[in-house]
Amino acid sequence: MNQALLDKIEAAYRRKSALKFNVGDTVHVHTRVREGDKERTQVFNGIVIGRRGHGVNATFTVRRISYGQGVERIFPCDSPFVERVEVERRGRVRRGKLTYLRQRTGRAAVTVREDKSVPAPAAK
Amino acid sequence: MIGLIGKKLGQTRVYDTAGNAVGVTVVLAGPNRVLQCRTMETDRYCAVQLGFDEQKPSRVSKALNGHFKKSGSGAVKQVREFRNFSLTVKAGDVVGPGIFSAGDYVDAIGVTKGRGFAGVVRRWKFRGGNRSHGQKGWYRRPGAIGCRSTPGWVIKGKGMPGHMGQRQRTVQNLQVMAVREDDQLLLIQGSIPGANGDYVIIRESKKNPKAPAKK
Repeated sequence: MNQALLDKIEAAYRRKSALKFNVGDTVHVHTRVREGDKERTQVFNGIVIGRRGHGVNATFTVRRISYGQGVERIFPCDSPFVERVEVERRGRVRRGKLTYLRQRTGRAAVTVREDKSVPAPAAK
Repeated sequence: MIGLIGKKLGQTRVYDTAGNAVGVTVVLAGPNRVLQCRTMETDRYCAVQLGFDEQKPSRVSKALNGHFKKSGSGAVKQVREFRNFSLTVKAGDVVGPGIFSAGDYVDAIGVTKGRGFAGVVRRWKFRGGNRSHGQKGWYRRPGAIGCRSTPGWVIKGKGMPGHMGQRQRTVQNLQVMAVREDDQLLLIQGSIPGANGDYVIIRESKKNPKAPAKK
């Protein structure tokens, strides 16, 4: 299947404005969670350790340390369950995938050098 | 029972109304030209003959070209009859993916990808031998194929090596996720036999037919 046709099909399922963040950023991912017939927003905080795929198939991985246990969640970029992504802190990294964070423990596991060149957007 | 001839284009992912990601196969399913309507009176059975994928007339025999001419359609690559077509159509009509709607269930018939001469591990999912424990030269073999003098023959249907794939297969009860009439496309949940670019038959599901006949 050619790319033009794929783009055309996928266009209907894409997010209106693409999520803007980079690998290394510390983010709050607001996800819609359905419990029975009620719906609420859950926030997942962590460091973006990778983005992959393109078009509607793109996903990103967020890692955090939760009660001393490393937790990673993979979100499809265009999923309607991902309400929005807030960038808390821009990171300056030299890798596309931050898998090296998995080997780290303690403080180092959650620290990515801050990128001061771009002003961090105000996160609550 | 309605159906279409189509061409498998590839796969992608869409989101359903609930927001779940669904893997879909994209099928080009039109335009399908009605070449002939077979009726009880003339042919002793009811069917609709559809043609799909245009072709140079010079690539088709004169006999077939004459047949195409009768319905006023150009030459096509694929011709197929659908028994008991539940839509009222006449020769010369053009049908497309619009005969299905999102939410319908369909069966997809296609020819699976050829795998060539395959051993029993690949073809029948035999376990093969151990890689370790001093094993030597007995990794992917079928082992014994029967018993001793009782019964004295090999049971029919025993898995053996041989040609695998390139056989017609039907996948039943696939849901139509979206119909794009402008592009003549059907987006069907799940996978469909065959390689991209292969012809497939998309037919109303035998087990989950549409409730009312749609015009």
